[in-house]
Amino acid sequence: MGRYVARRLLQMIPVFIGSTLLIFLMMFALPGDPVRALAGEQAVDQAQIAALKAELGLDRPILVQYVSYIGNVFQGDFGTQIASQRPISEVILDAYPVTIQLALFAFTFIVVAGILLGVIAGLKPNSIRDRGLLGLTLLLIAVPSFVTGYTAQFVFSFKMGLVPPNVGLEPSWNEMLMPAMVLASLSLAYVARLTRTSIAENLRADYMRTATAKGLPRRRIVGIHLMRNSLIPVVTFLGTDIGSLMGGAIVTEGIFNIKGVGGLIYEALGRREGATVVGVVTIIVIVYLLASLIVDLLYAVLDPRIRYA
Amino acid sequence: MTTTAKTATVPGPRAAADYDGHLLEVRDLHVEFHTRDGVAKAVNGVNYTVDAGETLAVLGESGSGKSVTAQAIMGILDMPPGRIPQGEVLFRGQDMLTMGKEERRKIRGQKIAMIFQDALSSLNPVLSVGYQLGEMFRVHQGLSKKEAKAKAIELMERVKIPAAKERVNDYPHQFSGGMRMGLILITHDLGVVADVADKIAVMYAGRIVETAPVHELYARPAHPYTRGLLDSIPRLDQKGQELYAIKGLPPNLTRIPSGCAFNPRCPMAQDICRTEVPTLAPVTEQDGTDLPGRGSACHFWKETIHG
Repeated sequence: MGRYVARRLLQMIPVFIGSTLLIFLMMFALPGDPVRALAGEQAVDQAQIAALKAELGLDRPILVQYVSYIGNVFQGDFGTQIASQRPISEVILDAYPVTIQLALFAFTFIVVAGILLGVIAGLKPNSIRDRGLLGLTLLLIAVPSFVTGYTAQFVFSFKMGLVPPNVGLEPSWNEMLMPAMVLASLSLAYVARLTRTSIAENLRADYMRTATAKGLPRRRIVGIHLMRNSLIPVVTFLGTDIGSLMGGAIVTEGIFNIKGVGGLIYEALGRREGATVVGVVTIIVIVYLLASLIVDLLYAVLDPRIRYA
Repeated sequence: MTTTAKTATVPGPRAAADYDGHLLEVRDLHVEFHTRDGVAKAVNGVNYTVDAGETLAVLGESGSGKSVTAQAIMGILDMPPGRIPQGEVLFRGQDMLTMGKEERRKIRGQKIAMIFQDALSSLNPVLSVGYQLGEMFRVHQGLSKKEAKAKAIELMERVKIPAAKERVNDYPHQFSGGMRMGLILITHDLGVVADVADKIAVMYAGRIVETAPVHELYARPAHPYTRGLLDSIPRLDQKGQELYAIKGLPPNLTRIPSGCAFNPRCPMAQDICRTEVPTLAPVTEQDGTDLPGRGSACHFWKETIHG
């Protein structure tokens, strides 16, 4: 187990470097630059721009910039926002809790409702409730999440007045309910379908027959024998899904006007502020890597064949 | 195709307490599977009895209905597509097919157990072997986790698994083929069957075609199918000869041949075999003396056994 964790931690290093470098390079590939963006539509002196660039270190070769940036990040220094002159770490700390609250809320919803629905449907393959779930989840998957979001907002907030349409600066769980459900909807549909198929398949496995032949009660057969096996692919999916959840949060935040990471990225992109975008995304990459490590460890706990492989 | 072969009917009290009838009695059991190609009739009126301390071996090619019969008895048939349209499975006089689910569950694993052919694929891959053995004692005897584990180690020691104490927490994939065999008797060797069983029932196309005490069946088969099975065993004293095989293939269970199901493959088949289903009739000596426990579902059993 210890060696497995060590190996996984080592594997994180190239993934971290590769992904951050890629984002860094992509920011530079975009037209426009942050110094010029400061001036907006006004005409500016080329010498002035060059001086400011030199001051900010933006005139150095891109790889040198990258290395010095990563070096600073490891010391907790994400740089300074050019427009507001605020430290980027501070800006990120302001935005992240809201997004994490939203993502965690959505994730809980995905895990609980997705698995529950999947089990209910999977235990009776091809029944009415199974077909119902398959149809409903297919609909959720087919409809883009911004459509789901605006529709939910229109129906539940504007028409029925059940929940507030927008979320305040210090959002309550109540305000977060609808955005979290919208954010969760796509992954929830996938998790429910995956669980359903996995359960339905495992239902016919030989070990299920053995468990029945042993005279075990139904709830033990389903709760222990069937679930332990069926959840293995679901846990794998949940691990990789945390990343797309953070990405999806950006769209959801836009719809419900949530002041989280999504808004931050959007604004920073508009101003061509590479440092802010790279900083935010770097954190997302770290969260993603840690989450998938935790999930992989959980995976090894669920399936003993992984541990000793 | 609805004709069934019935053997000795057993009188006896139905009461569960101080029951002195057969331990297990299967009566006119039918099992069918609804498939895309039609209804596959896997078991077509099987009857047999097993008494306490007695071992019955059921013999037959794959698809003859042996496993399906066992699964129907254990209650582990996949239903659907499986269906039991008719029949009784009496355990100590009580029909397991009609009793409550909970009542039946308590018999399973405790009173009737099944040993599966391939232990590795029959065990849950993500639970330790000790856990899977121990949960039987936890469920049926209400033992604690710790006591159940001790019992599991005891069981593993009894089947001579080395270092059972250390291996109890291992998972099925960590057991070698040899050790898995230690747990289970798997055999296609009819010689081993002779040592283990008291009596034999031979099945073909979902019917019992012959029953006999084990040694009598080997010495004097009373059904051409049984004879074919026995002749196809490789023997040390027949060096260099071509191995005998029953010609043809087992029947398609959605289209079982009319009359005797074995007739297309039978060297002795006559017209009557293609039209009339033979019932499982008592087999006697040439002079008419009774041969206890023997029966054959062949129109020509006399010719088969007495030559």
